[in-house]
Amino acid sequence: MEAMTMSQTVDPGAAAAGKIVKMSSRGTKVFYGEKRALHGIDVDIYRNEVLALIGPSGCGKSTFLRTLNRMNDTIDICRVEGKLMLDDQDIYDPKLDVVQLRARVGMVFQKPNPFPKSIYENIIYGPKLHGLATRKDEFDAIVEASLQRAGLWNEVKDRLLEPGTGLSGGQQQRLCIARAIAVSPEVILMDEPCSALDPIATAHIEELIDELRENFTIVIVTHNMQQAARVSQRTAFFHLGDLVEVGETEDIFTNPRDERTQGYITGRYG
Amino acid sequence: MPIQLTVAVLLILSAIGYWIGRQRAMSVSGGRVASLHSVPNYYGSFVAVWAGIPALLLVLFFLMLKGPVIEMLVLGAMSPDAVLSWAKASISPNDFQALSTAGIAGADALAETQRNLMMINIRNLATGQERFVNPAVVDALLPAAQHMQHLEATSRWSLFAICMAIAAGALFITHRKITPQFRARNNVERVVTWGLIVCSVIAILTTVGIVLSLLFESMRFFARVSPVEFLFGLQWSPQTAIRADQVGASGAFGAIPLFTGTLLIATVAMAVALPLGLLSAIYLSEYAPRRVRDTVKPVLEILAGIPTVVYGFFAILTVAPFVRDMGVALGLPVSSNSALAAGIVMGIMIVPFVSSLSDDVINAVPQSLRDGSYGLGATRSETIRQVILPAALPGIVGAFLLAVSRAIGETMIVVMAAGMAANLTFNPLDAVTTVTVQIAALLTGDQEFESAKTLSAFALGFVLFFATLALNVVALRVVQKYREKYD
Ligand SMILES: Nc1ncnc2c1ncn2[C@@H]1O[C@H](COP(=O)(O)OP(=O)(O)OP(=O)(O)O)[C@@H](O)[C@H]1O
Ligand SMILES: [Mg+2]
Repeated sequence: MEAMTMSQTVDPGAAAAGKIVKMSSRGTKVFYGEKRALHGIDVDIYRNEVLALIGPSGCGKSTFLRTLNRMNDTIDICRVEGKLMLDDQDIYDPKLDVVQLRARVGMVFQKPNPFPKSIYENIIYGPKLHGLATRKDEFDAIVEASLQRAGLWNEVKDRLLEPGTGLSGGQQQRLCIARAIAVSPEVILMDEPCSALDPIATAHIEELIDELRENFTIVIVTHNMQQAARVSQRTAFFHLGDLVEVGETEDIFTNPRDERTQGYITGRYG
Repeated sequence: MPIQLTVAVLLILSAIGYWIGRQRAMSVSGGRVASLHSVPNYYGSFVAVWAGIPALLLVLFFLMLKGPVIEMLVLGAMSPDAVLSWAKASISPNDFQALSTAGIAGADALAETQRNLMMINIRNLATGQERFVNPAVVDALLPAAQHMQHLEATSRWSLFAICMAIAAGALFITHRKITPQFRARNNVERVVTWGLIVCSVIAILTTVGIVLSLLFESMRFFARVSPVEFLFGLQWSPQTAIRADQVGASGAFGAIPLFTGTLLIATVAMAVALPLGLLSAIYLSEYAPRRVRDTVKPVLEILAGIPTVVYGFFAILTVAPFVRDMGVALGLPVSSNSALAAGIVMGIMIVPFVSSLSDDVINAVPQSLRDGSYGLGATRSETIRQVILPAALPGIVGAFLLAVSRAIGETMIVVMAAGMAANLTFNPLDAVTTVTVQIAALLTGDQEFESAKTLSAFALGFVLFFATLALNVVALRVVQKYREKYD
């Protein structure tokens, strides 16, 4: 209830449309040692929506994304302040189990990074960790379902035992998405998931993201304006560690309120 | 004219050549250095190289051939009478009898060892060291000695003259060649390339030479002892009888006890080194904060710099008594030089080796794989066990094999701590000996290089060389295969 009221200060239109807040950030500041990379980010992420994070290089998009599932914990010098919520759970609560958080908030990286194991083992890696299945037929079912949803099943169903590193770049990235889906997360974070792929593989992934929206909440970082426009419902523009503007994707692209946003999307800088 | 002086003059000429070449290049360029093909220093080097190197090579060649050639000439010129009177005073009466009845024509009639002995006498006389020569033969050998002195002097003078001629000629020709278009840089670079090639060829040839000498000496051993006995025999006691009536000195060359001893100690060493090295590498690369890593790594590397003799002290003074006391406390019979003590210390010696190699391969696992695993909710140890170690496994296997070959080749620690008893046993509490210890023992002190006992050292060395070579080749292949995967 608290999150709902707070969200009105951020995007009154969305709240009015009756959307459900999945994750929220209030006053999030991130420091790398002495250096402050984010200066207080207020944003809500709604369920079953794709939120695109755009902005010039080094503005803190990846940093913000990584605070959402505490991947920043793996960096010694990184410190996070502010309030980040997943449903009604405080993400940075010291009592919170990071392992469970990451099972609920999955991540797909810029460069496809399948483990040097078979396709099958890549998929069951997460479910095995979290004890989601025990019997072989349960694992088989998870593998098939995840690959189906990632749109990869037909291409790899006869070679499940071959190494995942032997796939093409686009297939590898879909394998990584399938791997993330396999633990049934609620939110999927994607950091420039298409930047290492060719246009056809990119189109594939974009379609996939659109389908995934039915079941998951998605946050995607992208440098590609068209991509943001195609796959996202809402867009957030970051600039030098500040969140400048967030709103309906259409509004941001057709009618930006801040002139920095305007400059960026029309290609004047970035 | 001592040869050092010839070399010194050549070096001076070469230095002068450098200066001349530079000057000449400056003057032909007419003050516009940019119009030269190469910068003036290259013209200087060009002249210096050609003035110095060919003549210096000649000196080297001369030094290699001078001794044998002069000896041949001196011996060839000796009269039969001189040879006979030397022989009368120097060799056993029986041999002399045989020699004189055969009627000799010169030094050729002597056996090789006799001839060498006579040559040493002549050389001592020629270099003024008469006190080493039996006075009874001085008169007979004096003419030969003078002949030798004469030849030495002439050869050195002619060497000097020829070298000067070559250097001066080269100076003149190269000096004339210098024009603005002349490609001095390319010429010098080519000489440098050849120099580098020669150096690496020398390194390779030396290795080949070592292997061949091992091979030939081993063949001589195998002419005396059959390879089957050597490789499969169960008893090692290389003391051969000097006189036929000696007791207890039969000479048995079955190397199996040495192989098992080596294996036993290497196994203990790896059982210590692999867990310690690998786990410390994992801690350092995955868990340790920057500061700890930056201090601990150099400390580990200092371990690698400790001389093995010092590890030997450590084995004798600390580890061996400790192992013995533990054995006594547990009621186990432990010999004072146990394989266990030597193996433990050798393992400690290898720890930095294993840990630094493993650290390299673990760090070569891409960060993106770690991120992928953490992103799925894996903990650190799950990530290490399920992603990092499998990905790094081939490299770790390679590191392991290299470490084994070091353990097999290690000598000093085992000489000091493991003892000489060639027991055929797999009990680490017994005393054993290793291949390297036996080689060291067989070749230390005065040895007769014809006996099977001494030659067996070469056969052991050959086996050792082959084993480590095979291990290294396999290890390198494994590591290389692994590298291909990420690059
Ligand atoms: N591990 C780190 N240590 C120190 N500083 C960091 C670290 N990671 C990021 N930063 C700094 O934080 C700021 C934001 O970086 P971030 O990676 O979030 O930018 P980004 O918006 O994702 O850029 P890009 O579009 O190039 O990926 C940058 O100034 C960067 O230098
Ligand atoms: Mg980024």
